[in-house]
Amino acid sequence: MECALDAQSLISISLRKIHSSRTQRGGIKLHKNLLVSYVLRNARQLYLSERYAELYRPPHHQHQHLAYAAPGMPASAADFGPLQLGGCGGGGDAEAREPALSELPGCGFYRGAYPAPSDFGVHCSSQTTVLDLDTHVVTTVENGYLHQDCCASAHCPCCGQGAPGPGLAPAAGCKRKYYPGQEEEDDDEEDAGEFAPCKRARFEDFCPDASPDASNISNLISIFGSGFSGLVSRQPDSSEQPPPLNGQLCAKQALASLGAWTRAIVAF
Amino acid sequence: PQPLPNRCHPPPSSLSTPLSPGERGEFRKQRPRGTQQAHHLQRNMAGAGGGNDIQWCFSQVKGAVDDDVAEADIISTVEFNHSGELLATGDKGGRVVIFQQEQENKIQSHSRGEYNVYSTFQSHEPEFDYLKSLEIEEKINKIRWLPQKNAAQFLLSTNDKTIKLWKISERDKRPEGYNLKEEDGRYRDPTTVTTLRVPVFRPMDLMVEASPRRIFANAHTYHINSISINSDYETYLSADDLRINLWHLEITDRSFNIVDIKPANMEELTEVITAAEFHPNSCNTFVYSSSKGTIRLCDMRASALCDRHSKLFEEPEDPSNRSFFSEIISSISDVKFSHSGRYMMTRDYLSVKIWDLNMENRPVETYQVHEYLRSKLCSLYENDCIFDKFECCWNGSDSVVMTGSYNNFFRMFDRNTKRDITLEASRENNKPRTILKPRKVCASGKRKKDEISVDSLDFNKKILHTAWHPKENIIAVATTNNLYIFQDKVN
Repeated sequence: MECALDAQSLISISLRKIHSSRTQRGGIKLHKNLLVSYVLRNARQLYLSERYAELYRPPHHQHQHLAYAAPGMPASAADFGPLQLGGCGGGGDAEAREPALSELPGCGFYRGAYPAPSDFGVHCSSQTTVLDLDTHVVTTVENGYLHQDCCASAHCPCCGQGAPGPGLAPAAGCKRKYYPGQEEEDDDEEDAGEFAPCKRARFEDFCPDASPDASNISNLISIFGSGFSGLVSRQPDSSEQPPPLNGQLCAKQALASLGAWTRAIVAF
Repeated sequence: PQPLPNRCHPPPSSLSTPLSPGERGEFRKQRPRGTQQAHHLQRNMAGAGGGNDIQWCFSQVKGAVDDDVAEADIISTVEFNHSGELLATGDKGGRVVIFQQEQENKIQSHSRGEYNVYSTFQSHEPEFDYLKSLEIEEKINKIRWLPQKNAAQFLLSTNDKTIKLWKISERDKRPEGYNLKEEDGRYRDPTTVTTLRVPVFRPMDLMVEASPRRIFANAHTYHINSISINSDYETYLSADDLRINLWHLEITDRSFNIVDIKPANMEELTEVITAAEFHPNSCNTFVYSSSKGTIRLCDMRASALCDRHSKLFEEPEDPSNRSFFSEIISSISDVKFSHSGRYMMTRDYLSVKIWDLNMENRPVETYQVHEYLRSKLCSLYENDCIFDKFECCWNGSDSVVMTGSYNNFFRMFDRNTKRDITLEASRENNKPRTILKPRKVCASGKRKKDEISVDSLDFNKKILHTAWHPKENIIAVATTNNLYIFQDKVN
């Protein structure tokens, strides 16, 4: 299949669609946004697989473009942890399956998997307000943040602590990480819980071409904030020294935490 | 006080032209309705010959010629009434235009009657929901006709939130000779009244009036995508993304919720309702399709809330076709029962499927509408075309099905001969009785003469809405802002 886009472009296109739907006449179209969230999820799975393969592959493979079926994906990438981000949405009733190296010829769609973030802490919290369109009830949802990289230094502005703390109990009703099309994810319990990108304002670094809409995209994240969860790729290379606090890192975290964007828009 | 705008005569949509005296039906008075219907029934249903055996000819085109399309003129729904005499269209501007087939001219027996404007009215206006800060579009999502019970015609029209029952009636006489009023309506000074007379009806130019008889509002939180009238002709359903409600046509202040798929936690949402329809014969049965490509058949006798389906129609996905966009292209955009009630047809992005109600695990027939687009899904996602919702329809005898595509192409599939044909709705072939030439898209490789390559298809020219006359081989095909009427060649 001719697929001119890589995962990141697909993700940014999808985000733009979700964002522009908020200003469309007639209100947010639930159906379209749900479909876009499926694409986001699929692209995210691919992106994370790519990232993972990059990290664990010998250097000369790092630039291999994994948007296409890559039968040459190293076996080590398949030796992921117990967590599987399986679930082709089309299957519907996905049971936990073995990770596949590549799903099929054509536009490569992987079922990625990556290690449990059990050693990732969660601290700090933010609140997101959601409005149920039916009952008009406004709820405030407490989130957990993931600060593992950002807060490695003592200068984390989000909180005074330098090290990730123990996971906060996630808000009631949000504990389960749920991906459309996947019914069971037993390994969720290891998930540290919900979190939002640590620096919302920094997200604009990720989408430079969307800079006029940066604040709106931040709002977008806040809309989805209560649903954020997901896994962050480990970055063992950067564990020697605390990574710099920059937008790039947070953006990557934001990207990695895109699982939440695959959910239905909470504002509904 | 300011006079209210006259709802019966809104800014005209480009589909309607001012009624000429001839169009207003002076000749109509000469023929009572009964004879017209009998004549139509005598005509042979040529549909059995199939999409290829009959030759389709251009008949009419309605709408503006210029390429600059006003958004309000975009056609959003097309529907024949039960006799086929009336053809209704709805547009993004909230207007409904009804065309009426003129009585066939016995002299010119080589063509059936033309469709001319019968009534135009503003059905829905834009609204603003202050509580949710949402603008509610006036676009007409669906029109459904009620069967005719008396001289008037009734139809249901809906936008995203509100359904309205419209009565369309003819007035060809008016009372004259009031005692207290002048002819222009001014009241007379009572002291000048010296004699009394009985007002009498006098003939007038035919006027077609549309008036809203019922407004069914405030029952849907999400966007209404379907309405369907029950075979009992007393109730109807309306469906939005997450719920289906049952209404009685006489009762506007209350409806019954019969399907609710909203999860307790919206984060668990995995699918939405995309279309719903009542069975044509069984008043207790309806189906609804989902964004996941499944169809659920429900029996209202089983329970008040039909969350548990009686049947689930689902075809397992072909794993070799898996892609980023699998979920999108498997979403069903339309579901239609056959006239017989034995089958139902679903439309997803690339195909049309016919299901036998007695078999749930796979469709009995699958027709590829534009398989050459499968390798273009990325671009179609970028330009939003992948979200286009194509409709589909049956012919009167359930032997042929039709659906639209891009480049103003539309496709017909003959279920008996298994042949298919691609035709184009274009003003280039707009001489009446011009036979349409079959079109062909070249997917790859060497393009033959008269073929069109995939890359030169115009994705802005899409045919989403088509309708087939219930008894004859007359079809209405809507391009963006034009309505084409084609007929089979009558020898």
